[in-house]
Amino acid sequence: MSSETQKILTTDGIPLEESLKKAEKKNKIKAFLLVCPLLLFLIITYVFPIGDMLFRSVDDRMVTNMLPKTYKAMENWDGKELPEEEVFEAFYQDYKLLVEEKTFGKLATQLNYEKNGFKSILKKLQRKMKKFEEGNYKEQIMNVHKRWANVEYWRAIKRRAPAISYSKYLKGMDLIEDESGSITQVPEDRRVHRVLWLRTLEVAFFVTLFCFVMAYPIAHLLATLPMKYSNLLMICVLLPFWTSLLVRTASWMILLQQQGVVNDFFVWIGLVADDNRPEMMYNKTGTYVAMTQILLPFMVLPLYSVMKTISPSLMRAGKSLGGTPFIAFWKVYFPLTIPGIGAGCLLVFILAIGYYITPALVGGASGTLISNQIAFHMKSTLDWSFASAMGLMLLTGVLAIYWVYNKLVGVDNIKLG
Amino acid sequence: MSKNKEFVKFEKVDKSYDGKVLVVKDLNLDISEGEFITMLGPSGSGKTTCLMMLAGFETPTNGEIYLDKNPISNIPPHKRGIGMVFQNYALFPHMTVYENLAFPLRVRKMPKDEADKKIDKALSMVSLSGFENRMPGQLSGGQQQRVAVARALVFDPSVVLMDEPLGALDKNLRESMQYEIKHIHESIGVTVVYVTHDQGEALTMSNRIAVFNDGKVQQLSSPDQLYEKPVNSFVAEFIGENNTFAGEVSNISKDKCKVKVNGGEIIANPISVKSKGEKTTVSIRPERALINPKENMDNNHKGKIEEVIYHGDHTRVRLSLLGNSDFILKVPNSSENLDIKLGNTINIGWNSQDARALDPK
Repeated sequence: MSSETQKILTTDGIPLEESLKKAEKKNKIKAFLLVCPLLLFLIITYVFPIGDMLFRSVDDRMVTNMLPKTYKAMENWDGKELPEEEVFEAFYQDYKLLVEEKTFGKLATQLNYEKNGFKSILKKLQRKMKKFEEGNYKEQIMNVHKRWANVEYWRAIKRRAPAISYSKYLKGMDLIEDESGSITQVPEDRRVHRVLWLRTLEVAFFVTLFCFVMAYPIAHLLATLPMKYSNLLMICVLLPFWTSLLVRTASWMILLQQQGVVNDFFVWIGLVADDNRPEMMYNKTGTYVAMTQILLPFMVLPLYSVMKTISPSLMRAGKSLGGTPFIAFWKVYFPLTIPGIGAGCLLVFILAIGYYITPALVGGASGTLISNQIAFHMKSTLDWSFASAMGLMLLTGVLAIYWVYNKLVGVDNIKLG
Repeated sequence: MSKNKEFVKFEKVDKSYDGKVLVVKDLNLDISEGEFITMLGPSGSGKTTCLMMLAGFETPTNGEIYLDKNPISNIPPHKRGIGMVFQNYALFPHMTVYENLAFPLRVRKMPKDEADKKIDKALSMVSLSGFENRMPGQLSGGQQQRVAVARALVFDPSVVLMDEPLGALDKNLRESMQYEIKHIHESIGVTVVYVTHDQGEALTMSNRIAVFNDGKVQQLSSPDQLYEKPVNSFVAEFIGENNTFAGEVSNISKDKCKVKVNGGEIIANPISVKSKGEKTTVSIRPERALINPKENMDNNHKGKIEEVIYHGDHTRVRLSLLGNSDFILKVPNSSENLDIKLGNTINIGWNSQDARALDPK
């Protein structure tokens, strides 16, 4: 055999590889042009805004840009004693500009996140500043409010100097970087987020469990019933999909409230006293019930699609070989449904962990989840960077769960249909 | 050791799924120990239902099934100790070959070393030693089939049921598996109840064949009896090839009768006709009719050749004879120079013993 590999030529004498590339080039361009609109759409409406939102969680240039001179003057300040006159003068000039542009409110909000009490003293400064004389700004500013003479407020300003900050992530875990730069827990009465994270995990876990327990028999029935009945049952399973999420949640409110249908029924059959109706809404119970019902189809469908492929003769074989119905189920049927269980559980868990509308409506105070907190910061406090930090933490959590799942079960084993 | 003649006994068994149609009608069937019995019939004839009732997956609507003299209608399938080979093998896809075979032994709590010995023996019986760690998906159809047979036999059941086990295999493999299953049956002497719609399979493998049609056993006899001496026109039609003449009995004696057909008269063997004037169907196997009969055959007619089909070892000739234009003849391929040409008229003869006058269709 000759060691040199001979280049294969086409009948026209062009190397085969080159000819192939040429022939496929046109197709490649066509294919790219076909996906181009969708690609652009995704970049414009998805990659860019989400990237921007995520960048906000660490972006801390707002204050830096509003107080350029102050930060320049602060470069030489060691942060131990009150800063020198030049810092006060620079701050006065920066702030004066902001007042003229009428954007000083934003600075107040931002600095207030850093340290409580900034808002009022900045407002006061804005009012008094009109009468300021030139020179000796340190004295004049300190006279506006005694907090201006407190070194901690100046340190708070300096802490906002870096353009990138992970303080929002710390806040999301109820941690804070104190003045000395070490990370500590926030005071006990302000630890709200960790409770929410744990509750979110707990709710997602139990909702997944309830869904699994209820969906398994339904899916089995769907897969084994004759076509006539299974179609009807399938419609019953899918019917909730065709109604709006809000309608479904609202109907749960009608059912579960204290004067609601379920409570009336309990009173009627004598299970509970009329004056002692249990609260089934605006707490975790309501969240569990409504979310389980809403997420049930996401468990039923993957299970059904897997069970449909399992031949009924396998169970028969198990029984004819001497296995009791339970052994035949446990050793033969159940292991074959694991891909469906994996897909269903992962789907429901991931959906549940980020669920928003239902807990917001029926959850009350003890039934709200981390997503409600994110929405709260998006809409009410307008602390978008904190909201997006928590969003990213949630996403990381989901990815971590996915990774663990992949290690344990293997994503290849998932079967969605 | 005397064998139990009624090892499996169906007694007056009826089965209906919807309360309107009887799928199995008044079935009485005795299967003796160690026998290879085949239930043969077209689809929908009730044969698989009978098998499922024996396995315990269906309950008889009426009547009783006995296994070794014990009624079994109230025994659940897993306590019957009946091995079963399913149509699509029903191997457990998530278990290796070894685990598949170990399943019936494990549920019986057999110690591992004893179980291993049995599995080894069963696998070598189907010549699959060394395949223990393969998954069923890695095996060919024939191999999966053998594993299924080994699994049905590994726990020494007294009866093994096979529900069209060779249906999914190609022709050559099917034939070699037929012999293999037959040899396994002969070597271990287990009672086998086999269901198929393939008559060739039934004839090759069985000790006795029960031909099912319309929920009833039409004939229960050995393969040769079934082929040579069908008792009614359904069996004659269903097993093997068959030339038929519809006619009316014009004269009848003890072992011969004259049947008037469209274009003449046939002398036939009265099987299910008793008196003059009865309508009948006369059935003649193609290989029993000869061209230019030399011996003195009591039937001798002239026929016109309509079609000649070359089959290698034999030639099929379609004739029009006595008003029947679908009369088939099988002519062996020999050096004898017969005058088989399209359009020729030839002499055809057969013995009246081979022309069976059966019930009218």
